[in-house]
Amino acid sequence: MASQTKPILHGYFRSSCSWRVRIAFALKGIEFDQVPVNLIKDGGQQLTDQYKVLNPMQQVPAVQIDGITLSQSLAVIQYIEETRPGPRLLPADPKKRAQVRMISDLIASGIQPVQNLYVLQKIGAEKLQWAQHFIQRGFEALEPILKETASKYCVGDEISMADICLVPQVYNAERFKVDVDQFPTIKRLNQTLMKVDAFKVSHPSCQPDTPADICT
Amino acid sequence: MRLSLSCLTKPIIHGYFRSSCSWRVRIAFALKGIAFDQVPVNLIKDGGQQFTEQYKGLNPMQQVPAVQIDGIMLSQSLAVIQYIEETRTGHRLLPADPKKRAQVRMISDFIASGIQPVQNLYVLQKMGAEKVQWAHHFIQRGFEALEPILKETAGKYCVGDEISMADICLVPQVYNAERFKVDVDQFPTIKRLNQTLLKVDAFKESHPSCQLDTPAEICT
Repeated sequence: MASQTKPILHGYFRSSCSWRVRIAFALKGIEFDQVPVNLIKDGGQQLTDQYKVLNPMQQVPAVQIDGITLSQSLAVIQYIEETRPGPRLLPADPKKRAQVRMISDLIASGIQPVQNLYVLQKIGAEKLQWAQHFIQRGFEALEPILKETASKYCVGDEISMADICLVPQVYNAERFKVDVDQFPTIKRLNQTLMKVDAFKVSHPSCQPDTPADICT
Repeated sequence: MRLSLSCLTKPIIHGYFRSSCSWRVRIAFALKGIAFDQVPVNLIKDGGQQFTEQYKGLNPMQQVPAVQIDGIMLSQSLAVIQYIEETRTGHRLLPADPKKRAQVRMISDFIASGIQPVQNLYVLQKMGAEKVQWAHHFIQRGFEALEPILKETAGKYCVGDEISMADICLVPQVYNAERFKVDVDQFPTIKRLNQTLLKVDAFKESHPSCQLDTPAEICT
């Protein structure tokens, strides 16, 4: 069902939600084009009228694929899961699928939105403590859940949408100086996943819009 | 689609009458015709019953809802809803077409990630005196974005002409909007959809005004 036209990802190198989609495309072996949306420059390019048409929520990512425009990273990920072959991004077993979604939503609803750029800009001077608090709290909840569900990866032994959500959130945790050593399961999973090609090629440090001083 | 093997035991929702996330799950169960038990978790009383060690054992995130079903414990309302979609027969909660499914998920996540978490009880308690303005701001902003999206996708309901997970997320968020004095008349598509959905039995019987733990002064 893949279209002749490559999907286009409008995103930002350091946006964890954009990174999730980049990982998913890489896992599925799907080529895509990237259009950078700089969240800081010019007051934030996501706030232009042009970008607002792509995503009225004025956030990244927005993905043009198969003739439609989608926002919300987990909607995009599950769309490509349901329309492209390649490694599964969700397990076949319904209970494991539910656990994958639970972990993904714990991160994508429970942690990230409360510490995204827009919220931190509104919080102002106390933004570091605010972000730390919510990531800390979220990881304190996630650690015992992952202890139950994880084997080699977040749920069992296959990479899933849960892993796709975890790694960018750990990156955010490190940015905001949350000590991930407190969470041994999260730490172990992150270390394992960071060695996987799809997570490496999609990493914020090496995207077309990564500033030169961050590129590795 | 698998038939549930554990339907001898009714699912249990640990929730709160006014929690929009709990309401979503109640709607989904009602749409599917699934009988369930409710265990109220009062988010205010005793400093918040979601903070007890006992409840933490059910949901380490210390939020509602938590659902015991088929021998497992699930939290995150959309994970629960998609689980019952995949294991129970009855009314489809997501369309068959992948593009429409993606639109349903996009709208659902818009609300469940983009709006609700930023104005949930825990965040508002941290905001203190500014909580009403904070909640108002984020719901207003969210609905300003949601209105043009729904204008494109909606037929009789949020996506086309069948009730879906998107509708399940919309109605509780409109209830929250009204609580925080957002003028929903600004958003004609949202308003129309909400009015249509509030007439549907599953939305009525799951409404916060008539749950086991609804305070007497709010019951209708």
